[in-house]
Amino acid sequence: MTATESSVEGSGRTGDPMLTVDDIAVYYGNIAAVKGLSIKVHPGEIVTLIGSNGAGKSTTLRAISGLLKTKSGSIDFNGERLTGREGHEIVKMGICQSPEGRRIFPRMTVSENLDLGAFLRNDKEGIEADRQRVLELFPRLADRITQKAGTMSGGEQQMLAVARALMGRPQLLLLDEPSMGLAPVLVDLIFDTIETIRDQGTTVLVVEQNALAALRIADYAYVLESGVLKLEGPAAPMAENDDIVRAYLGG
Amino acid sequence: MSVRAPEVVSSKPKSDLAANHTRKWALWFAGIAIAGWLFYTFLVPNLGSGPQLFIRQWMPLGSINEALVWVICAVGLNIVVGYAGLLDLGFVAFWAIGGYTAGWIMSTFFNQIENGFYFLSAAPPNQPGIHINWWIVLIVAGCVCAFSGIIIGAPTLRLKSDYLALVTLGFGEIIPQVFLNGENIAGFNFTNGAKGIAPLDPVAALPFGPATVAIGNAQIAISKPLGPFDVTAKYAMFVLVAAFAVFVSLRIREGRLGRAWLAIREDELAASMMGVPLMQSKLAAYAVGAFMGGLGGVVYAVHNNSVFADRFNFSISIILLAMVVLGGMGNVWGVIVGALLLAWFNSTGLPQFGSSFNSQFGTDINFPSFNYLIFGAILVLMMLFRREGLFPETRTRQVLQEAERSDAEELDGGEA
Repeated sequence: MTATESSVEGSGRTGDPMLTVDDIAVYYGNIAAVKGLSIKVHPGEIVTLIGSNGAGKSTTLRAISGLLKTKSGSIDFNGERLTGREGHEIVKMGICQSPEGRRIFPRMTVSENLDLGAFLRNDKEGIEADRQRVLELFPRLADRITQKAGTMSGGEQQMLAVARALMGRPQLLLLDEPSMGLAPVLVDLIFDTIETIRDQGTTVLVVEQNALAALRIADYAYVLESGVLKLEGPAAPMAENDDIVRAYLGG
Repeated sequence: MSVRAPEVVSSKPKSDLAANHTRKWALWFAGIAIAGWLFYTFLVPNLGSGPQLFIRQWMPLGSINEALVWVICAVGLNIVVGYAGLLDLGFVAFWAIGGYTAGWIMSTFFNQIENGFYFLSAAPPNQPGIHINWWIVLIVAGCVCAFSGIIIGAPTLRLKSDYLALVTLGFGEIIPQVFLNGENIAGFNFTNGAKGIAPLDPVAALPFGPATVAIGNAQIAISKPLGPFDVTAKYAMFVLVAAFAVFVSLRIREGRLGRAWLAIREDELAASMMGVPLMQSKLAAYAVGAFMGGLGGVVYAVHNNSVFADRFNFSISIILLAMVVLGGMGNVWGVIVGALLLAWFNSTGLPQFGSSFNSQFGTDINFPSFNYLIFGAILVLMMLFRREGLFPETRTRQVLQEAERSDAEELDGGEA
């Protein structure tokens, strides 16, 4: 594979993609949630998948993380085929997800939640280092380290969900609606932290309904509508294009 | 929550408290078990006839031994239900498989082997059949059950919650039926049908050493084949098996597998996102739980000196579940207390109370026949007033009693 082969015209994206979703279709029963979708994520990027309710964003993410089976098409990660693998194998390959609705373990402490994030790892020192790192990213969690996760506020739970996914030391972090149900001040905090995570070397694929917030931090964006890709391109120009914002992003 | 230092980012709160808690309970367990043995070995035979009669009526060692069987099985069920959160309504299947394994390799049942196969057995020599030392039988039965657990679990564990419960219920019914009707499977007598397998080989505490050791006027059986009245020696052996089951379930809980189960119980989807292999972990829970069910089955067979298929009925599964719920799902110590209480109540407490009541008031009420009514009432009351059980896991208690903070509560400023 040559370096130019996968570059998208005018995007400045060069090099081999880390994640390649190629023409996938995902069905719930007879209803297609995603049709013919192809996306690419390059190392070191924040890529966002935006669109309204029911556009198929979360479905795509779930297909990548192995929670849903694709009907056709393929998903490759670092040259390895993901489609057909179990969810826990995909985690092992370096893709961790912070799921929609946070899905933290409410009856466990913050500390135990973080430990479970590192479930597949054995390197004690590395785990401890990552623990330090995520607690620096989210100092609020350090304050609450012995608290039951279910007794924390929504914002704190979201921080925990992201931190827990990071504990698996993923190469690619999948975030599903990290801003859902959060106050604007917290949304900014979470998105700033996502940028920091990217700067520390983790590639991020974030699914968002809050399109403008996502475009502010993303490098590259895909816009979905009714399960079909409508638009793709570098994020910054997209956020400045009034036509696009009006048509697809509810601006 | 005594120490909370926000600036010490690296502080990983070790569960010292939990470890202390466990140690305290373990000491209690050992203390009570040993005290019980000393009491029945040395004190009871020297008491006057009045107190002896009272103890024989209200606290016979035989019923305590039977309660220990329930403890072993309830601890096993707790792994499936309490740890991994998989509702199993057919646990009696493993109890039965364990019992029959003991029947097969610890009796004259396979009389095709005319000269008998002996291995460290306390059985009288020159009998047909297979005669294995009962400690080894425990391990064999445990493994057979664990294997059966995997075979039963592999197809069923793909089902979720209610459906899984229904299928386990089916297996709990099917397997005792197979044993009941296994008299002639393709011309081979597999289970002796309704006649069951009896008697089993006598067991001994150890396969070697002196027959008995005298301490004071008490004779402690060592390698002596135990008869039906050697309940104190059996008590000591059963306690050891129960202690093993408790030890294993506590150790596994601390490890990686225990954390995987906990995660699955809390949220299966999230657990899989953490990389927890769902099927393997669930199968492991089934296998470990079934192993203990097998231990319980052997102990029960030795306790009764027989195996009868019609004893393995659905109510056993339900009573076991009631023990786990009453004691506190997930907490081994609570489950032990629940099992001892219900087993004693069922075998001794209620009949004794009934006969005392009847003789006192000249009535003729069949109290033991009301046991399920009383169990049902206890469960309803528990659900109303103490859903988490008598001795709940701290985790469960906190969630059931503390409200979760609402999402409306947001950042209160001062974010670093």
